[in-house]
Parts: sequence; C-alpha cells; structure tokens
Amino acid sequence: MATPEPIFDKPLPTTGPFRSLRGTYVRESVVKSLLVLCASLSIFTTLAIVVVLFIEAAQFFRAGKVTCPQCAQVTFSSDEIAGQEIPCRHCGQALKMPAHVSLWGFLTGTEWNPLIGKEQDKRFGVWALISGTLMVSLVAMAFALPLGLITAIYLSEYAHPRTRMILKPSLEVLAGIPTVVFGFFALTVITPALQLPALRWLLGEFNTYNALSAGIAVGILCLPIVSSLVEDALQAVPRSLREGAYGLGATKFDVSIKVVVPAALSGIISAFLLAVSRTVGETMIVALAAGSRPHLTLDPRDDTQTMTGWMVQMALGDVSNFDVAYLSMYAVAAVLFIMTLALTYVGNVVRWRFREVYQ
Amino acid sequence: MSALMPADQRQHPLLEIARRTRVRDRRWTDAAFRWFCIATALCSVLILAVLLASIFVQGYGRLSWHFLQHYPEPDPRWAGIGPALWGTVWVCCVCGLFALPIGVATAVFLEEFPPQRWWTRRLHNFIQLNISNLAGVPSVVYGILGLTLFVSMAHLAGTPQQPFWEIGVRYYDQFWSLGDRAVLVPVSDPQAPPTLAHAGLHAQNFDGQRIDVTVVKSRRDAPQAPDQLQYTLIEGRPAGRISKSSWYHMRIPLGRSVLAAALTLMLVILPIVIIASQEALRSVPSSLREAGLGIGATPWQVVRTVTLPAAIPGMMTGSILAMSRAIGEAAPILIMAGAVFISTSPGSLVDEVTVMPLQIYDWASRPQVEFHQLAATGILVLLAVLLVFNSLAVFIRQRTQKPLS
Amino acid sequence: MSAMSTVEIKHLPSIVSLPQHRDLDQEGSTNKTALRLADFNAWYGAYQALHNVHLLIPEKQVTSLIGPSGCGKSTLLRWMNRMNDIVPGARAMGQLQLLDVDVLAKSTDVVALRRRIGIVFQKPNPFPKSIYDNVAFGPRLHFKIKPADLDQLVEWSLRKAALWDEVKNRLHESALSLSGGQQQRLCIARAIAVGPDVLLMDEPCSALDPGSTARIEDLIFELKEQYTIVIVTHNMQQAARCSNRTAFFFEGRLIEEGSTKQVFTTPREKKTEDYVTGKFG
Repeated sequence: MATPEPIFDKPLPTTGPFRSLRGTYVRESVVKSLLVLCASLSIFTTLAIVVVLFIEAAQFFRAGKVTCPQCAQVTFSSDEIAGQEIPCRHCGQALKMPAHVSLWGFLTGTEWNPLIGKEQDKRFGVWALISGTLMVSLVAMAFALPLGLITAIYLSEYAHPRTRMILKPSLEVLAGIPTVVFGFFALTVITPALQLPALRWLLGEFNTYNALSAGIAVGILCLPIVSSLVEDALQAVPRSLREGAYGLGATKFDVSIKVVVPAALSGIISAFLLAVSRTVGETMIVALAAGSRPHLTLDPRDDTQTMTGWMVQMALGDVSNFDVAYLSMYAVAAVLFIMTLALTYVGNVVRWRFREVYQ
Repeated sequence: MSALMPADQRQHPLLEIARRTRVRDRRWTDAAFRWFCIATALCSVLILAVLLASIFVQGYGRLSWHFLQHYPEPDPRWAGIGPALWGTVWVCCVCGLFALPIGVATAVFLEEFPPQRWWTRRLHNFIQLNISNLAGVPSVVYGILGLTLFVSMAHLAGTPQQPFWEIGVRYYDQFWSLGDRAVLVPVSDPQAPPTLAHAGLHAQNFDGQRIDVTVVKSRRDAPQAPDQLQYTLIEGRPAGRISKSSWYHMRIPLGRSVLAAALTLMLVILPIVIIASQEALRSVPSSLREAGLGIGATPWQVVRTVTLPAAIPGMMTGSILAMSRAIGEAAPILIMAGAVFISTSPGSLVDEVTVMPLQIYDWASRPQVEFHQLAATGILVLLAVLLVFNSLAVFIRQRTQKPLS
Repeated sequence: MSAMSTVEIKHLPSIVSLPQHRDLDQEGSTNKTALRLADFNAWYGAYQALHNVHLLIPEKQVTSLIGPSGCGKSTLLRWMNRMNDIVPGARAMGQLQLLDVDVLAKSTDVVALRRRIGIVFQKPNPFPKSIYDNVAFGPRLHFKIKPADLDQLVEWSLRKAALWDEVKNRLHESALSLSGGQQQRLCIARAIAVGPDVLLMDEPCSALDPGSTARIEDLIFELKEQYTIVIVTHNMQQAARCSNRTAFFFEGRLIEEGSTKQVFTTPREKKTEDYVTGKFG
C-alpha cells in the first residue's frame, strides 16, 4: 500500500484575483427592480378596480341627461320630468327626458326595473338585487356552515385515517369542480328534486328558477371551503389543550365542543366570513338557477335576481354600451366589491386580532 | 365565601356536595355525536357521488369524437365543443404564461427580499394585505375590469372594430366572379367604403397571385371561354370586406379576444399563485438560505440556485390548482366576451374566443332537454381535462420531490 | 400557604444530601397500595418503551419516577390514566391496577378513570377561558352542580393550589394572562377540582423559573396529605426534596425502587448510583 502524499507540504494552488463583483451587483439590482415591478402589479390591479368601478358608476349617476341635437347644450333629467318632453332652455328644441338615477334612490330603493316600461317608470333601487344576493347567501350558509363545521370537527378530532382517506379527497374534488357545473346541477337535479310531488305538501310549489336550489348549490360549493378553513383552525389548537381536557376525564365530545371549538373560535368565524364573501360574489350558479326577476322577497321558492345575476344579464344582453341600464352594471359591481372587500377584511382582522396566543 | 370555608379545610368539598348532585352520564352524548359527525361528513361524499352520477347519466350518450371536434351548431344533434375546447387551451396557456412568472416573482420578492427600512416594510405589508384582499374579490368584478381595461381599453384609443393600432392582418375586398371564383382586391384603409368593380382593378386570387380581371357591363357581355369567365366581374357591383390574419395578428384595443380573456383570468388567479408560491418558499428551511448567504452569494443567487429549485414542487401544486381554477372559470369571460356564437378555433391572440365553461353555460341556459344533455357532455369533457391536468401535477410533483434537509 | 412565597434554592452538591427540614423517614410501608403494576409492558408501534415493570405505588405519598430521557418514565405515567389512548400506535400489556379498578381493561370507563386519576403536564396548558371557568371545567363536565356549590369548589381548589390570594380579584380574566408558574398552579387546581385520588405530574416544573418551581414543590408536599402523587422528574434535587419514594428507570426497565432516602444515599444498583451522582443522564 502506497503511503498517501502529504498534502500539507504543497503550497496552496494559486488563485487569480477575485472576479469583479460589479456585474453581480448590477444584475442584483436589475432583478430586484423586476421583482418590485411584478409585486406592484397587485397594487395596480386594486387601483384599476377602484378607478374603473367608481368612474363608470359615476357615469351611471350622471346618465340622466340629454344633449340637445341643435345647440349641444346638456339638460339634466330629474324624477319629476323623466319621460316628458321638455323644451331646451337655449333653443327651445323639444327633448325627451330619460330616466333619472340619484345616488340616494339607488342606495335606498327597493325596486329594480331599468329595462321595461316608460322612462318615468324605470326604477334603480339596488336593495331588490341585494335582497336576492342575501337570500341566496343565507340559504347557502344555512347549508354549508353546519355541514362544514361538523365535517371539520369530524376530520380534525374523530376521523380514522381510513375514513379520512375517503373524505378528504372527495372534499378536494368537490372544491375543484367548476362553478358552472354546480349551476347545471342546481338546474337539472336540485330543482326537480324540490319539485317532487312527495315534497309538495311540505314545501309547496316551486318556480323552475328559485333561490333555494341556487342557494343549496352555492352551499355545496362553499362546503369544502368552510370545512378546510375550519379544519385548519381546529388543527392550530395546541395538542396540550386537548390533553389537558382528556386528563380531566373529558370525552371526545367534551374536548371537541367545549375546548377545541371555543379555542379556535376566531379562526372559525373568519372562515365563515370568508365563505359568506365567496357566496356573495358567486355568479354562474345564480345566473343559471336563480332566475332573473329582481324583487324584494323572502320566499326562497320564488325566482329572484342577485347582483351578480344582473351583471351577467347586462353583459349578455344587447343593451347599448352607454345606456343607463348598462352603466348600472358598474354601480352594482361597485356595491358588490365593497361588500366582499368588507367581509374579507373583517374576516382577516378577526383571524389575526382575536386569535389566542399560547405559550 | 371565605367565611363559609376556612382556608385549612382539608376535605374536598365534592365529598359533601356530591350528596346533593348527580353525576352526568356522558357516554351517550359522545356516541351519538360521533355517529352524527360520521353521517354529516359522509353527506359530502354522497353529494359528490350524486353530482358526478347525474352528469354522467345525462351526458354519456352524446360523447363522441364528433362532439370533441365539431363546432356548436344550432342543431343539438350535430353540435360539438371543438372551438370552445381549443379556446380553453389557448386562453389557459396564455394566462399561465403571464400569471405563473409574475406570481412567482411577486412571491420571491415578498419572501426572499425582506424589507430593510421602515417604509419598505410598510410597502411589504401593504402588498401582502392587498393580495389577500384581491384573493377575496369576486371573479365577476375582474370580468368588469377586463371589459373596461382590455376589451375596450377604456375607450381611450380606437375601438375593437376600428383599432387604434393593428399589425398582422390584411383586408381585402372580395368579389364573386361570374365563373364562381373569389377575386380579392387588397385594401389599405379598412375604414374606407367597399370598392365597386371597375376596370383596372389590382386583383389577386385567393393564393395571392396577380390576376387580370375582365369587367363587363352586364352578364350578356361576358366572354364564353371558361378560363376568362372565372375572372370576369360585372361593373358597379359592390364587394364584401374580408380580412386574412396571420398568427401574429395584434391590435389595440384587444377586443373580445384570446389575449383579453387570458389577461383577465391572469388577474383572477394571480393572488392564488402568489399565496401558494409564498407558502412553498416558506417551507424551504432557512438553513439552506443561510448556507448560501454564508458563502457570499447575493440574495438573488441564493434564490436562483437554492431556494427556487427547492420550492418548485410546492409551487407546481399551487400553480396547478390556480390553473384548474382558470380552466373552470366562466364568470369573468362571460362578462367580458358575452356568449357569442363562434364556429372556429382561434388562430391568433386577438381572435374572438369562447371557452368550455362558457359554452356549457350557453347550453345549460336553454330550456330544451337536448341542450341540457349537450351541457352535461361538455361538463364531462371539462372534468376530464381538469382530471388530466391535475394528475399531471401529481406526477410532476412526485418526480421532483426530494428531501430538503 | 401564601406565607412561603419565596424559597431560596440552595446550591446542592453533585451528591445530593437530603434536606433536613422535612420528614421523609416514613417508609410508607404502612400505607395501602394505590397503584399496582405487574409485568407491565408498553409499545409505540414496534418500539417497546417499557419492559416488565413491577411497581407498587403507596397511597397518600409522593412517588417520583426518575431516569434519563427516553427511559420510559413519562410513558408509564401516561398509561396510568390512559392518556396514551389518544396516541396512535401506543399499546400496553400487563397488570395496572388502581385500588379496585383494572386500568388497562377494555371495559374500563376511561372517563371515570381519569376523574379518579388527574394529570398535570410538563407545560402549563390552561384553556383559553377565564380562570374561574378553567377550574370549573372538570366539575361542570362530571356533575350537575349548583352555581353556589361551584363557587365554593373553585375557591377551595384555588386555595389548595396556593393560587387563591393571587387571583381572587380577577377570577373572570383570561387564564392566559397569568404567569407561567401561576398557570401551572391553575392546572393543578383544575386537576384537583374534580376530586381525584391520584395526581400524576409529568415534569411539572421543567418549564418554570426557580421561584415558581419552589412554590410548586411546596404545594406537592402539602397535597400529599390527601392525594397519592406520582411525579416524573429530570431534576434529582426535586425528587430528593419532595418525594417519599423513588423509582429509577433506565432504557425501559425499572432498575431500582425504594424510599427516596435509600435510593439516593445507599443505592443498591451501580446504574442508580451513577445516575444520582450525575455520572450520566
């Protein structure tokens, strides 16, 4: 066996001077500015949403006016003169006054009728649409919250790994199904099921389009969201709390309901709020299954129209691009945006502000 | 209270209280709640089964190659989903090309370049808050944004019909000759009124070859020879305006096009991509980063060589989820493009487009049962595409997964 | 009890000399047996954590389980009230008897068992509720109890745990606002509020500062008049200070068991001597 060469006798291999770092620094700053550019896109998106919605909504509130074809002077309409022929103040040309929209009437009105009838009969009261949205959301939450909460408790506290293997993937598949599929499901399965003669004595007559079936479909859509968010919240409760309760002789029911759920309450409430915000913005299901008659009602068997449903109707319809009804889409979108933003914001605040801090 | 009970009381008060109280038997509650939970949890499995079964039953009968290739004819017996399928492929590919790099870059910026000064810290927090809020914005609102920002570009410059700037398209006036052949006359200004047939037209045939045109006063004056007749026009007849676009056709504003749809969907899925990528980056142990920084690498070098490769599998999963969302998303494209009848697959970025969820909506919203069956078949195709896509993701993830530490 | 708020921790030599101020001479042989273990084995999956443990734990005395990390002492403690039921893959065989109850039997009602054998964990784990609700949690679970009785019980438990004077004016504040030592005493109060016979303590002081440790040790010494206490500890001084009997575990086996004085001063086994003199562990 040859003795290994003593490496310490050799001089260190000579290295040249270090590579200049200037190129590296330049590259570093170029890359960083590119990254900043990408990151700032999110701010630009928010800005764009706000600017577009509010500028176009402002157009909507200023749409009740006529430009005189003779002298190009603008005459504004009002509730009293809508639908009448008014002579132009400058040249006397007869002008037909269009419907008038006021911000106050929009935010407090309960009638929504921008398309049909005479100009003076057109109404823009957003509560007719908000009530539709609220009813669909209410049905959806009444369906998704209990089911999602119990499913999450089961997954987090009870489930045997084998049942988990079935349950978790099916929830994931449910979460991955496109919303238009749920809309189709509501229309072709849920509504006929609700109209079954066996249920008629209990539920009464259902319209082909109704808020209940749309709400149930939205609830199915929200079920995986609620259950996975709530499960995350329950999992975040430290094991030591569970052990403490078990050590006192608590049953699994006691541990889940009296210790884990209260400890995870902030996370659960935040999950609920996020789910509500999701239902409020849900579009395809209500466009397919809820109908298109905006009116203030509390009967879930009736057809109704939500804010998103109205937006779809406007986008599909052949209303001219500068018509009052078309511009109302932007005002409704602005209301929708503010509602969901508030819900998301409150949800995040609840989660971060009110969570328990453990040692 | 303390007067009742001296501090040195040694006896546990329960011994005495227990005489007055009953012990709760909670075993029943526990068992009942367990079964209640199981029943409730299995509801979701049941719902999924009913959903898939009902769609399969309704849609299976119409599934065929013809359905995949054909365009959505008004007659439900022959209608297909071809243009929508290709539209989905186009839109989602373009959307991914934009959303994934931008999303990953944003996540890298937020996670790997920690803020140094107070105002950059503010900026970081603001962007972070902003992204979580954007994730909660309904997709219809993005549709409205896309409609204003991309389709018409806020009416600032031109309209989709009369674009402000356009490249990769040529307009022609098309005459129909007496010999049943198309005669094309190139047009320089697409807004000009259609030309009328007159002598001395610079005409060409459909293959672009220069041809000599004979113009006659009336059909009676037409030449008899068939090779002359095929390029004979009657004077004064108006032409039809057609356009031939190449694959690089581009214009401003974008109109109801592939690019506008893709950019709108990009806005929808960007928050999802960013949040998923951030989580993937956070799961890379910081010891790896420190090792890189410790040998004198710059932050970007560490990201490029250490963090990003380690985070790729996690990012893949999130990106696939986001792309699945894009494939299934209908609302923003519906707001943006409306449900228009489109019979051809897109050939360039500014061609009009429809996507599968939109086509399904179109069929589902009609009252006839035949169209509902078409919608169900379309859903089967859509779900199959999603399934293929997701299994691809699982496959890639398993191939690239390796221990990090 | 509040009088002994601060106890100085004296520097102890590496060979522990027993503190003289407490009477630990009673051997406990006159007491009845509270817990009887015979041929007890425990596993986590395929790994056997305990081998053939034979141990008698006398009533109304403090028994400490000592030994290096991973020797199985915590496992043994957690089997005594079947806390390991919720650990996946954990199982045990052999005899483990509490007075008249077979602890390991399938038919044993775990809930009733844990009412009789309370446990205090290494890290204080109060529920995110008020101080009052924490103590009242157990009694409310087990009994249909009148509010007035509950008040009395909560006060008694908090006094017993030497916490009453510190919290009597803020019973309805969150338990998480207490200091670590107070939280641990709250956990002890919570455990004794359900009226157990046996109190298990799994390194109750390892997450606490020296002052809090001393208070808990005093408390343990007080409580032994009413409860059988089994305490797992890494700290030999603690075992020497507050226990009557000591059992030394090593690699899943019970090496030596006897009165604390005997185990610490005249150990029979070489391993025990090495451990208590700090040669390893």
